Amino acid sequence: MSAAIGRLEAPVTAPPPPALPGLMELLRAMADDEFVIGFIDSEWTGIAPLLEEDIAMSSIAQDELGHAAALFDLLGGLTGQDRDVLAYDREPEAYRHARLLDHGRGDWAMTIARRYLYESADAVRLEALADGTWAPLADLVGKLRREERYHRMHIDTWLDRLARTAGEPRRRLIAALETLGPDAGTVFAPLPGESGLVAAGILEVSMHELHVRWLAEIEPALAALDLPVPPAVLDPSHGRTAHGQPFSDLHAAFTSVRRSDPGATW
Amino acid sequence: MRTAVGPRVTESQVRAILTRVPDPEMPGVSVVDMGMIHAIHVDGQGITVQVLPTFLGCPATTLILTDIRAALVPLGLALEVRSTMAEPWTVARITANGRRALAALGIAPPSDATDPACPLCGSDKTVLDSAFGPTQCRSLHYCRDCRQPFEAMRAEH
Repeated sequence: MSAAIGRLEAPVTAPPPPALPGLMELLRAMADDEFVIGFIDSEWTGIAPLLEEDIAMSSIAQDELGHAAALFDLLGGLTGQDRDVLAYDREPEAYRHARLLDHGRGDWAMTIARRYLYESADAVRLEALADGTWAPLADLVGKLRREERYHRMHIDTWLDRLARTAGEPRRRLIAALETLGPDAGTVFAPLPGESGLVAAGILEVSMHELHVRWLAEIEPALAALDLPVPPAVLDPSHGRTAHGQPFSDLHAAFTSVRRSDPGATW
Repeated sequence: MRTAVGPRVTESQVRAILTRVPDPEMPGVSVVDMGMIHAIHVDGQGITVQVLPTFLGCPATTLILTDIRAALVPLGLALEVRSTMAEPWTVARITANGRRALAALGIAPPSDATDPACPLCGSDKTVLDSAFGPTQCRSLHYCRDCRQPFEAMRAEH
């Protein structure tokens, strides 16, 4: 990751101190989300069901890893840590991605279902950050939203395609949505310190309010295709911790090169 | 650390040097042509160049920053070359010269049309194959006249 992507400049304006704890939690959560989904979907490179999808999914995954790098840079500017330390040098329990992303790669239907749920949630989150008062994040969010547009168009097409194809495609999609449903809202798990973010005008409203907005947005789309909708109530025991074995396996994979030669310069 | 003393260098001179720094993946298309230069500043402290990454996941960004730095070293001034998010890069920033250079490479320049003209034969009977191409900035198309695939700079929506 480190050599390939240009590092962003360190932020020149400091965020207001009461917002700092929430901001670090938010940046870590967003960076971990993008990093984990990017890595999972990069696993399709070479084995996707169609050549065009191999290219598309690889391109989307590459975007996500670039987004993660930019978010790690922003976080690293606040904590004084290098992006690679943040991305690779934590134990699995210290990652703060949403549990929606802890189900392993799964089949193609699972991949599409997961990406549909994540992209729609991320769009709601980014919109609530787009006019924030801390310029370095607001600027980056503007860039992220431009790039995510292509992902959404692509994934909406796939959801429609699988949902409308009777038999195995539709059956697998429904099974995937039912499996992911209870964890789908974890993108909006309450963040420690988030009230400081809202008070500072960095985040427009609370994660709880964003969860409500997101459900209101996806319910009609899913209902129109007669697909299961995620539960309205977010289980308080869910969230961004206790990731389980599938993530431990993923972590072992994405840290294997780094661990093979700690401290090496790439 | 370099001293800032040296012959007076202008921003135009710096820009002229940057027109000879190519995009690593598209020979003949410079970083200036691609609209990647957000700002150039020259003062008593040295030269600052701020660069807009095309896409956050583009692996060429670091190489471009390195190449820009290397091109400016002979001026003998303190240098700061960094990427910035001050505004998003868009295909609209590609210059007229850049559009010509892309077409010469067989890449359709960005266009408002849903289906760009074929850069190989000029026909407008083209179709979009995929919004996702071999790099973040390019989409895949097919020309029904000359029956060849081609790439285009990916359109904004």
